[in-house]
Amino acid sequence: MAQVTGARWRRWVSLYLPLGIFVLVTLFPFYYMAVTAVRPDREMYIPWNRPNFAPFWTLHPTLEHFKLLFTETLFARWLLNTMTIATLSTGIALFCGLLAAYALARLRFPGGGALGTGIFVTYLVPQTLLFLPLGDVIRTFHLSDTPWALIFTYPTFLIPFCTWLMMGYFRTIPKELEECAQIDGATRLQAMVRIVFPVAMPGILSAGIFAFTLSWNEFIYALVFLSSAPNKTIPVGVVSELVRGDTFFWGPLMAGALLGSVPVAFIYSFFVEQYVSAMTGAVKG
Amino acid sequence: MPVAGHPSLSEAAPLPSRGMIGAMTRPIRRLRQASRTERREWLFAFILLLPSLTMLGAFVAYPFLRGIWLSLTDAVVGREGAFVGIDNFIKLWNDSIFRRAAQNTFVYTAAATVLKLTLGMLVALMLNNLMGFKRFLRASMLLPWIVPTVLSTLAWKWMFDPTFSIVNWLLFRLGFIHLRIDWLGGPVVAMWSVILVNVWRGTPFFAITLLAGLQTISPDVHEAAAIDGASPWQRFWRVTWPLLLPVTMVVVLFAVIQTFADFQLVYILTGGGPANSTHLFATYAYQLGVATAKLGEGAAASIAMFPMLFLVVLFQLWYIRRGDSGKGGTQWRK
Repeated sequence: MAQVTGARWRRWVSLYLPLGIFVLVTLFPFYYMAVTAVRPDREMYIPWNRPNFAPFWTLHPTLEHFKLLFTETLFARWLLNTMTIATLSTGIALFCGLLAAYALARLRFPGGGALGTGIFVTYLVPQTLLFLPLGDVIRTFHLSDTPWALIFTYPTFLIPFCTWLMMGYFRTIPKELEECAQIDGATRLQAMVRIVFPVAMPGILSAGIFAFTLSWNEFIYALVFLSSAPNKTIPVGVVSELVRGDTFFWGPLMAGALLGSVPVAFIYSFFVEQYVSAMTGAVKG
Repeated sequence: MPVAGHPSLSEAAPLPSRGMIGAMTRPIRRLRQASRTERREWLFAFILLLPSLTMLGAFVAYPFLRGIWLSLTDAVVGREGAFVGIDNFIKLWNDSIFRRAAQNTFVYTAAATVLKLTLGMLVALMLNNLMGFKRFLRASMLLPWIVPTVLSTLAWKWMFDPTFSIVNWLLFRLGFIHLRIDWLGGPVVAMWSVILVNVWRGTPFFAITLLAGLQTISPDVHEAAAIDGASPWQRFWRVTWPLLLPVTMVVVLFAVIQTFADFQLVYILTGGGPANSTHLFATYAYQLGVATAKLGEGAAASIAMFPMLFLVVLFQLWYIRRGDSGKGGTQWRK
């Protein structure tokens, strides 16, 4: 009996307690973001060492910051921009990635291996390596400060990802499936579109969700390629319009941060499993 | 950023290992010898690949070359520059802010990666031992990873606020400090605050991918080792660690690239300050190329990341290929 209690104790100390602390630290900034978003200004700016500093909750929740966000900034517009850009660039990336993945996974052609490696390498190229020359290219195409600047450039980091994820997925689909279709008279193209793609739907969904979150979260291209307030995306708009010099409008900032996080968190909560499988992908090997 | 498709890399992509000339003439020879059906398959593959190649060519390969060219010119925004050789790089080399940025980037990458790996591994091991709640914990843990980095970093900036810091309040109430800490105020403490936020954001990715790796290891191996009298410590280093190494390597190399090229955390938390002491390559490149419009110098500061990134990618490709030819320890996987 004593041994059992001892083991239970050890389990608490070595497992539940550290995990609990970890989750607490992980989630705390979000909680604090939410509390700040509904805290009235007169309560917000009390120095931390005053006795009446009650940071963890507020007794006078208010929606004034949200109101300010929608009436005095272009937040609604940014939301729409972000949504449009993320959707369109995800669409482009899925289209390109699916076709490329099919070719690389299923067809035999000279140079296929090198191309596969090439796409994998572009996947590892960070945006910060390219943003200056790419901004220059965007200017040459006269796309600066338009949503197209992002709709065309986001796929560059989404396509490699979608391609690799879908290649892995296509490999799990037996070849016999499309061979049967071809024996029945379908062309290669028909077999691909009618047979393989529908079977690969779960993989396409994972890739799409992941690509959407990646474009939603992108920052540096949006920061550099967009300049006028109505064209901005949420991350850039919140940072550039709610910070004036050294003055941070923390209430609206946190309200904006919260609203900007909710859509991805919402999508994510429905597709956690797909998301995790996309993330850990073929790491399992 | 996700990790996907790595283990299958070498299957699809045998790196050209034969001689250069052989590699160049081979496709041509094959084109001549190819049958009609083969050629049709090639054409089909080419058409399927065309959209991706166009996009990646126009917005990755071309800008990359353009970046190298810009770094060798004195271009400013709106004016095509003249070729100046490696002047920009010499200038950067003599620039104390750039040197500091380079040093910061290496410290930042090394410290953040080690901490993320250690913490991520601990959490993954604990989660692997957990019976219930696993799904819930995994789901809530990933939040920092999926929420836009800039937005969660803003919350941290607010938590680090010199006057209203909740972190100070907590530490004060718990009795750890008596005076306030200005988390983003001094060069060293600001760098560590940035590292802290990076670890906060990146650990879930490590934990979840490592957990996925752990779950492929058969419990039989652990039982066998336990029966042979191995302590938990020995079981980790002699059994778990070697079996998990391929996954760990992929995750670490991936995180190294991401951290090394990071921009957002520093941009939001310190803006490179105080007194330009916390710049990374990317934020300094931004300051040069965008804020002061010196496109040439900015491009050079950004290209300066390339050698290191190139080495990491090369190592990663080599490691994946090597790992696949050996397939060590596969028999111990589920």
